[in-house]
Amino acid sequence: MTDTLISVDSVSKKFCRSLKKSLWYGMQDLGQELRGHRHGGGGELRPDEFWALQGISFELKRGECLGLIGHNGAGKTTLLRMLNGLIKPDQGRIAMHGRVGALIALGAGFNPILTGRENIYVNASVLGLTKRFVDSRIEEIIDFAGLGEFIDMPVQSFSSGMNVRLGFAVAAVLVSPDILFLDEVLAVGDIGFTIKCLNTVRRLSQDAAVVFVSHNMQSISSFCTRVIVLEKGRNLLDTPTPAQGIDQYYSLVKHEIQLSGTGEAVVHSIDLIAASGVLADEEPSIAHGTELAVRLAISVTRSHCEASVILYAMDEAMTPVLCVPLCDQAGKLARFPVGDIAIDVPLGVLELAAGKYSFVISVSDCETRESLVRVQGLRPFRVFAPTAYWGKLVRPAVVGKTMIPAGRSQA
Amino acid sequence: MTEPRITVYTPESSLASPGVMIRDMFRDLAAGRELAWRLAVRDTSAQYRQAYLGILWAFIMPLTNTVTWVFLSHAGIVTVGDTALPYPAYVFSGTILWSILMDALNAPLAQTNGARAMLAKLNFPREALLLAGIYKVLFNSVIKVTLLIAALLLFGINPGFGLLWFPLGILSLILVGTAVGLLITPVGMLYTDVGRVLSLMTQFLMYLTPVVFPMPKEGWPATLFQINPLTPLILTARDWLTGLSPAYLEYFLVVNGAAIFLLLLAWVAYRLSMPILIERMSA
Repeated sequence: MTDTLISVDSVSKKFCRSLKKSLWYGMQDLGQELRGHRHGGGGELRPDEFWALQGISFELKRGECLGLIGHNGAGKTTLLRMLNGLIKPDQGRIAMHGRVGALIALGAGFNPILTGRENIYVNASVLGLTKRFVDSRIEEIIDFAGLGEFIDMPVQSFSSGMNVRLGFAVAAVLVSPDILFLDEVLAVGDIGFTIKCLNTVRRLSQDAAVVFVSHNMQSISSFCTRVIVLEKGRNLLDTPTPAQGIDQYYSLVKHEIQLSGTGEAVVHSIDLIAASGVLADEEPSIAHGTELAVRLAISVTRSHCEASVILYAMDEAMTPVLCVPLCDQAGKLARFPVGDIAIDVPLGVLELAAGKYSFVISVSDCETRESLVRVQGLRPFRVFAPTAYWGKLVRPAVVGKTMIPAGRSQA
Repeated sequence: MTEPRITVYTPESSLASPGVMIRDMFRDLAAGRELAWRLAVRDTSAQYRQAYLGILWAFIMPLTNTVTWVFLSHAGIVTVGDTALPYPAYVFSGTILWSILMDALNAPLAQTNGARAMLAKLNFPREALLLAGIYKVLFNSVIKVTLLIAALLLFGINPGFGLLWFPLGILSLILVGTAVGLLITPVGMLYTDVGRVLSLMTQFLMYLTPVVFPMPKEGWPATLFQINPLTPLILTARDWLTGLSPAYLEYFLVVNGAAIFLLLLAWVAYRLSMPILIERMSA
């Protein structure tokens, strides 16, 4: 079956920055709506308004899973709310075919005073399930939630994780919808529960058109057959290759250069060198598994000292994932005299997972350990891999070549 | 295979296709019945579970009101005209009927406000919120009326056949309250001023309706009381309850007819305004 289930045509939405004006525009919109006029006027922006989404168009067929990625404020949740019928587009047209199921806002309708069991019925009702249906599946829901005796205690004594487990357990019995919305719900709970959730989502996604909003690139990579990258409300990229979309998302991440330290050393340049030579791009995209080296040019200006240099690679969350201390033969930090340092540092085979990285160079005085200069955000580069796996280092093992069956001794 | 349901969202106002809109309104009302019941049960259970006095709270307010007014009248602090019923019975019945009206008036805005988190994230029949409010008002009314009848019997007032009509009186209070409450809900969701102005106005309005004061006989107060559309509602309900024959029946019917019309209009406005309100609401 390849019927089109979601059709979005040139959809735009504007929002207002200031609350007071927003409320007043709400009044104006109310007046327009009640008089039968079009929402959103002629497409002009009133003072303090901005386009949260502009000119979004796409079609989604049954069986496809679309990943919506982009920075906070890019318009992903706004688009999802419009698809769900919660807000009206200011321009364009949306057509949804069939039944919609949403795994967002788990635990909607919960009242903290009532017990977990009672709240199951409330939440199920909000999701559109009848009492008779819930009665027939109540044991399954309680079992899925795995809350034990807590199920008969007031929800106000639940932790937030337990709330989510209960909410998801109710959503898990949703009968297969035609269209499914997922909104970052997979990022909760312990690993056992997460696996149950993933299985449920896979079951609900069969024979449905799925729209998945997330910041977790590994989930996007494993679930989605198509990715749309949103940036400031615009559709930057619509690709059937999730890896390409993920790479584009990373290219939008900004790594700022930050300087600290006494200033008695200066980093002139840092370049990436691959087998093909110096990579001259502003922000090179390097394939996973490439052998890399960096060329450093540093000057130390403090007199009568010896400097040590440490190089780091940071990921988009500014977590240091690779540390390359420049050492001497004995394994201690190499001592550089005052003056220029020009050196090529081999990094070996690049095993970093797909993502965006930048370098940090830290030059310190060997004796006093003072930081002479520390520069962050240098030479950003992207690692491109066909699949985004979990893990900072990804080292695929090829069966047959590098894996020797147990029992046989190595040659 | 049945034709899958197609939902289309455009900037056009739903008023542009009124047939579709009316069909959707009633379909959502039917679809939301079970949810409405569940929400009403949820709220009522939670409310009374937390209160030690539980259900007693439903009539403590009218009781204290009555005690206050009887005291003021007996002590001569406030001169109140003659009433056909013993004054405490008059005040007690009046305040209970008025509280039912107030419950119904506040329900739509309170229900919608209370459901902000759900509205912002999930699509469900919004009529369920309104219906849940009505169920809760009905529940509270039944408790209050039971106690009221018991109190009247204590006073030696026998309702007689009027009691058969009395439920209509209650329903009409709920109808008018819901109609007006629903009308102010869209603006009330945007600006909190509306809720506050409403509570100020209703406090004042109570003294212009024969709730604690009997109908004035002459002068401009009499005109005010007679024009007040809430007057026939309170008077007719009270008359039916206490075995008297209702004096303002025609006005009563007119007000109810207008209320039905107003309710339908307010319902349409509520539906149309929902997406606009959700957009401006913080969840």
